[in-house]
Amino acid sequence: MNRDRRITVGVTVLVGFAGLALAAPWVAPFDPVAQGDVVRTRLVAPLAAGPDGAIRWLGTDQLGRDVLSRLLHGARISLLVGFLAAILSAALGTALGAVAALGRSWVDRAVMALTDAALALPRLVLLLALVALFQPNTAVIVLVLACTGWMPVARLARAEMRGVLVRPYAAAARAVGVGQVRLLGRHLLPNALTPILVATALGVGNAITLEAGLAFLGLGIPAPAPSWGNMIATGRDALVQAPWLATVPGLAVALAVVGCNLLADGLRDQLDPRTRR
Amino acid sequence: MWRRIVVRLLSGIALVLAVVTVAFVLLQLAPGDPARFWVGPSATQDDLDAARRALGLDRPVFARYLAWLADFVRGDWGTSLARHRGVRDVLGGALPATIILTGASLLVTYLGGIIVGLLQAVKRARPVDTLLTVATTLVYGLPAYWIALLLVLVFTYGAARLGWPAWLQFPAMGVQSLDADFLSPGARLLDRLEHLTLPLATLGALGVAGTARYVRGAAVDVLDLDFVRAARARGIAGRQVLLRHVLRNALLPVITLLGLALPALFSGTVFVEVIFAWPGMGRELVAAVAARDYPVVLAATAVFGALVVIGNLVADVLYAVVDPRLRTGATG
Repeated sequence: MNRDRRITVGVTVLVGFAGLALAAPWVAPFDPVAQGDVVRTRLVAPLAAGPDGAIRWLGTDQLGRDVLSRLLHGARISLLVGFLAAILSAALGTALGAVAALGRSWVDRAVMALTDAALALPRLVLLLALVALFQPNTAVIVLVLACTGWMPVARLARAEMRGVLVRPYAAAARAVGVGQVRLLGRHLLPNALTPILVATALGVGNAITLEAGLAFLGLGIPAPAPSWGNMIATGRDALVQAPWLATVPGLAVALAVVGCNLLADGLRDQLDPRTRR
Repeated sequence: MWRRIVVRLLSGIALVLAVVTVAFVLLQLAPGDPARFWVGPSATQDDLDAARRALGLDRPVFARYLAWLADFVRGDWGTSLARHRGVRDVLGGALPATIILTGASLLVTYLGGIIVGLLQAVKRARPVDTLLTVATTLVYGLPAYWIALLLVLVFTYGAARLGWPAWLQFPAMGVQSLDADFLSPGARLLDRLEHLTLPLATLGALGVAGTARYVRGAAVDVLDLDFVRAARARGIAGRQVLLRHVLRNALLPVITLLGLALPALFSGTVFVEVIFAWPGMGRELVAAVAARDYPVVLAATAVFGALVVIGNLVADVLYAVVDPRLRTGATG
């Protein structure tokens, strides 16, 4: 696939989802949490009309809630958590990477040892251990995801910055007395920005998958809230009678993640001329 | 090479110790007073003080840490709060199921990933390559829990409803059928393999997609190198060049990948075990988190960390097998 097209497709998917998420209160045909007459509106099939004559485009769940409306409102939680967590972990990783690159050798070694240790644990296991300690809500989930996602960014940022530090212009800047902070702002950060962006794009996709995964395990943002993971979890209980319940929100997660991955792949190849073939 | 392995082994032990230490710190942060939990709500202050002494909670944090560490190293991992059994019993019973599942997944992942990746590299920029690139990109983006649910939907429920042949129907619950004890050894093995199929397909699909992307990149890099062209020029058969020259060199970055792939695989295993009622560590971990069973949560975290360390050691040994430069100790 053409690299430019990958970036275009990725950005289109993400911007589209973000637009729908922002517009959810106006676009969504029904209230995402209203249950109404449960007996008559439960498990309406996709494209069928409910008892009130209005078409449920993606059907309803066991409690008669409109799946399309929940999907649109769920996009708000999923994207908010995904972007916030990825941006936070990018900031944390960049800061630690800069400390390692600029610090004395023992600081560098300590930060990198911490990074390697954190990388060695399965992220979901780390997440579960943290979630066990706190009552999950949106802020806790974002923080916990950020605390478990900074490691790749820290390694990248350190490697990029060390690469810049050995260049003559960085040595010259140091020689004329440019301070650490200015060096960081003028030379190190701008040079490390693109790989950090690539890692952040991947991080958004990972965070969305994991947020939905935690909710799927019943350990995410609590139930009445329409999150994609909650929807897949409810759908699992009615897999046979109502297969659309689990498949539709899963498709949304997959689409968002593929969008992020395409964007990251495209950006990375643009950055690395070796892979342009 | 041995020096390298010993160094890695020591750093691995340090890593597991670090995980255990972090686990202890988290345990201290956990809400709720264990002594209060122990004596119940109607206890007097004296009872509470007695329980604190009995549990060692009146001692300084550092002394408690050392005692806890000594217990942990000796294999005394405490008692599960929810199951009222030794933590080591609970996790020890679950470990084999997880190792079977992840071991089989690694095998499928690497075999499939190498075949698909090499095929793509050889057919570079042709329709097959493009098709497989799109396919691996898509599959790689799918959440493990969603793939698992789709497989159950199609091969368990769908297959039964549509009356597909028996060899296309797969069970979605547990490691064996309820009547497994009454089957002949051969039928029992078949039964177990059938139960393994869908969990393995879930993890395998993700693994093959991820690995193929790497193998393709590595093989494409090697295909352009002089020694490959030289080998071709000397008239060595295409298949032999591919296996002896390209694959061997392309394998190096892929083996390194194991260190990162293993944590990701274990993350996927947790979901797969929950969905397929596979009685492994991941399912125990999720149940323990839901029940706030801290001793099990922390021990399970440490065991997963240890499994990753062991995996990395194996990768190091494999690395030396594939790359003879490391065997002589010429390079560090």
